[in-house]
Parts: sequence; structure tokens; C-alpha cells
Amino acid sequence: MKLGIILSISKTHLITRKRQTIVAALGVTFGIAAYIIMMSFMTGLNGILDDMILNRTPHVHIYNEIAPSKKQAIDLDPEYQDRKRFVNSIKPKRSQLRVKNAQALMNHLSGLKDVKVVTPMVRAQGFYLDGSSQLSASLIGVDVVKEAENYNLDAYIVKGKSSELTKVSNGILLGKGIADKLSLDVGDYITVGTVTGARHQLKIVGLYQSGLAEVDNVQSYVDIKTAQRVLGEAANYITDINIKLFDMEKAPVMSADLERIYKVNATDIQTANAQFDTGSSIRNLISYAVSITLLIVAGFGIYNILNMLIFEKMNDIAILKATGFSGKDVEKIFLSQAMIIGMIGGGLGLLVGYGVSVLIANTPFETEALPTIKTYPVNFDPKFYVIGIVFALISTFMAGYLPSRKAKKIDPVRIIRGQ
Amino acid sequence: MDTILKAVNINKYFREPVNFHVLKDISFEVEKGEFVSIMGKSGCGKSTLLYILSTMDTDYEGELYLRDMPLSDKSSDELSVVRNAEIGFVFQFHYLLREFSVLENVMLPALKLNRKSRAEIEHDAYEKLRLLGIEDQALKRASRISGGQKQRVAIARALINDPSIIMGDEPTGNLDSKNADNVFNIFKELSDEQHLSLLIVTHDQDFADRTDRIIHMEDGRIIS
Repeated sequence: MKLGIILSISKTHLITRKRQTIVAALGVTFGIAAYIIMMSFMTGLNGILDDMILNRTPHVHIYNEIAPSKKQAIDLDPEYQDRKRFVNSIKPKRSQLRVKNAQALMNHLSGLKDVKVVTPMVRAQGFYLDGSSQLSASLIGVDVVKEAENYNLDAYIVKGKSSELTKVSNGILLGKGIADKLSLDVGDYITVGTVTGARHQLKIVGLYQSGLAEVDNVQSYVDIKTAQRVLGEAANYITDINIKLFDMEKAPVMSADLERIYKVNATDIQTANAQFDTGSSIRNLISYAVSITLLIVAGFGIYNILNMLIFEKMNDIAILKATGFSGKDVEKIFLSQAMIIGMIGGGLGLLVGYGVSVLIANTPFETEALPTIKTYPVNFDPKFYVIGIVFALISTFMAGYLPSRKAKKIDPVRIIRGQ
Repeated sequence: MDTILKAVNINKYFREPVNFHVLKDISFEVEKGEFVSIMGKSGCGKSTLLYILSTMDTDYEGELYLRDMPLSDKSSDELSVVRNAEIGFVFQFHYLLREFSVLENVMLPALKLNRKSRAEIEHDAYEKLRLLGIEDQALKRASRISGGQKQRVAIARALINDPSIIMGDEPTGNLDSKNADNVFNIFKELSDEQHLSLLIVTHDQDFADRTDRIIHMEDGRIIS
């Protein structure tokens, strides 16, 4: 069809009504820019929080919990099966926190196709000793290279390097809170005592800050061998096994399977962080609700302006129809005006949204909780820009549709004969 | 002689506010090159008839032929194509698009028809404007020229696609006698020199007397 002539008519209409056109386009610009800014900022923030918690959490966590046996001896005795059985004062069996036959289990898990990586961990409880002061300590023994690769350990090392742990025997990545309390720094030594009374001198190779004060005041990282040595255990002593999967969604099924087959405790990430997931999705929901509201308001603006325009243009519409333009042509003339407003406003909205996002991304933002973050986190995902422009076009189309249909149906005879 | 426009037993009713039989068994023909005027008192149905003949009003009974092509059963989209190519229009109140230049106003129907290139259409438009003696106004905004000039632009626009017939609804009704005379002479020339058919509704007895044929209407019927 002769789209050129239709576009040139709508262009003339738009240009001769500059102010209305600009107001309508700015409405869209405002809506789209607000959408992009909100989504970039919100998801940027969510991303940081995800990193803070989700990336550091294994998808499946295997450990051994001290608990009383679910089946006591009397439950198994055939003679008492049909009687009421009472056992008072049940105590857990004296056993170790270690995961039984950990090495074999790890080898098996590494072979599964859903599993990305399996890392062992040794948790050791004890005290940081400094003169007469004793602070409770939680040492986490890890394979430092794998930990840095898969759980983003390096992002939380505020001083020194995690890789030093592999080079220095008896090295420790000390919690920032403890370092502050005991006035220690990289290169100093710290004494760690265990519950059994043994003492070990460890050299500080780095400082670790998770952002959670209660963690930083207690927790430190050491090499897995150092942790085993501190506890006086052999190299097969492992308290936790962490699994990362290719697809996080498979974690609940896998943890249930592991509990059933291997009689271990296993927690999946969804259970461990249920409240966190809820928080993220609600934040996203709010951003979408606000953006959609803004766009609807912009849409009403366009609807109004087009309605007014069509009212003013009754004569023009009658002439166009009398000289051979069909109803569809007239509809296209007005619909294309709405779409042009949508494109200009939407395009401008993308630019403004991007500009403000860049501005926010360069605004200083320093917080104890996020040691590696220096400016506000902003997510520059192109997806938001695509959604933004598509949304702009859809909403202006809908806003333009009804007035354009009205223009299409105007009876030229009634206009020309003065009703 | 070729018949350009033929109406057979046209009947039209207004349903609101009350049922009213406006046009009663209207039948007539317009030949090629014929300059016909329709006269009658206000409310006799002459304008109503004109809008039916113009294909803009499709709510009627009877048959309508344009160059032997039946129009009564066509869809409104098809009719707009016919209107675009075959019928030129001149109204009482000039009816130009105010925001466009005189030249663009004349060009629009041809651009819609899309049979010629833009350059050719522009050339044709200048030709028509020259024919009507207003080519010097071509680049002015349509809202900036005088009433008489506007009506001549409207005639140029009606001519741009070389239609089979020109229809006018009191085209001189809003003009002073000098401009009205001018418009009549233009019509007469078109009829005589280019053998264009014209069908003009008018109140003006002098105007009608100078046309080839007068159709008198009264109470929805043709009386002579």
C-alpha cells in the first residue's frame, strides 16, 4: 500500500501540533525510562544479594547431624512389637561429625551427569587465643582453588590473597571482625586452640569479610589439611560435602535421593534460602507493577491527545474520505501517529534510562556489608531495553487503536452536510 | 453519446427522527460532456441524492452505474477506490486540508491513486493549478489563501486524477458574484473543452440557467 502518503500525512499532523506531540512522547519516555532504571537498579541489587548468599551456598549440602536414633533397640525387638513402648531420656549416640566414607561418596557424586563440582569441607570449632582473651572460632577447611572458582571466595577477601593458603602451610584467611578486635593484620600470627586443648600457630595470609558481622567475628578460612591437622584428624576426615549442579532446580530431588540412599543429612539450596527467593521475586513484582502503571498513564495521555486530534480533524477526515481514502487508510493515518509517538518516546526513554543508569552506576555506594562494592550495582542487561521498546510500541498501539477506529468509522456525509 | 452516470429507481429513507421517504424513484442519466445542474427547494432531497451518487452514502435502494459499472453492491473500500479515480468533488465550504500546502492538497488524491510517480503528479498538479490561474499560490499553506482561491484549489484537486465526472454541492454558494462567475466559467470550459461531465447542485438560478440541463426536484421526486 501507499504507506508513504499515509506517513507523510501523519507526519504533517504531528509536526503542526508540536507541543501535543512532544507531551505525548514525553509521557512514553518517562514510562520507559522509569521502567529501565527501576529494573536495572532492582536486578542489579538483586544480583549483588544473590551473589552474597546464593553463589556462596552449595546447591546440595551434605553433612552429618548429631541426633538420637529414630529407632531405638526396643522398637526392633519382635517381642514388644504389639505393646506400647516407652523410652525415657533418649541421648544421641556418641559419634563423630564426619561424613561416613566421604571420599567414596565424593567420587561417586563427581561421576553424576548433573553435578558440576563436588568440594569437601572440614569445620573445626575452637578459640582464637590472645593473651588472656578467648574468642570462639569457627575454622572452615576448604580446597581453596576450587572454593575460589565455584563459590566466589575471592570477592570477600578484602586484604591479601586466597591463593596464599596453598603456598603457606598453616596459613589462615582471618575474619575481618576478629582481626579488628585483636588488632591483627596480614603477616601476623594468631593462636587457635581447640576444644581438646591443642594449640596451633597460624599465619594470617589474608582478611575475609562476608558482610555479615556475626560471621566475620567468628569464621576464618584455612586449607582443608590445616583444618584436619588442627583437629588432629586423618586426611579422610570430612564434615561437609558441597555440591554444585548445572541446574539448580534439580537440587531438591537430588538431596532427597542422597538422604534416602546414603543415610546422610542433605539440604538443598531452595530450602536453605526460601525466604531469600521470595524477597527477590517480590522486588521484581513491585518493579513491574510500578513500570506498567507508568506506561498505562502514558497510554491514557496518548489516547486523550489522539481523541482530541481526531475531533479537531473531523473535516480533514471527511475530505480524505471524499477524495478516495478508505476507512482503513484513515485508521492507518492516526494509528501511525500513535506508533511514531511510541517510537520517538520509547527510543528517547531508552536513552534517558541508559543515561540515568550510568549515572547511578557511577554513584559511590560504600557499605560494610558489601566489601567489594564501591558504587551502586546496576544491571545493564539488554533484555530490559528490548522489553522496554516493545512495551512502548504495544502500549501506544493500544492507546491509538480506539481513536483510530473511531476515525475509520466517521461518516463523511454527516460531516460535510454539517450533521 | 456515452452515458457516464446512470441512476435507476433510487429510493432513500431517513429512519430518524421519524421514518421519512426522502427520495422517490429517482432515475436519470448524465452523458459524457454534459453540464447538468440540480435545483430545488431546501429539503427536497437534492443534496441527499448527490451524496448517494457520489458513493459516499450507501444506505439506499435502487441501482447506480458509473460508466456502466454497477456500484450498488460494492464494499466501502471498493467504492473509495472508485471515488478516488472516477469522481471529483467540490463542496460549498472549500474543504482543503489546512496544514498542507496548496500543492499538496491538489496532489493527495493522485498520491493515493498511486498510478504515477511523485514527480509526474507534481507536474500534473502544477498543470491543473495553472489551468485555474493559481499556480503562483502553489507553495502557500491552504489556510493562507482567500476563499475564491480555495474553491479553485478544490476544483484543481477534483481534476487531478482526470475523473469521469465532477460533482459539486453548491460550489458557488459561499462565494461573491465575481468569484462565483469565475468558478462557473471554469466548469463551463471543462465541459466544453475537455468533455468532462458535471453534476452540480445549486440554488443559484443564474448559474443553473447557463448549464446544459436543469433537473428540478420537489419532495423527493424529479419533476422535470
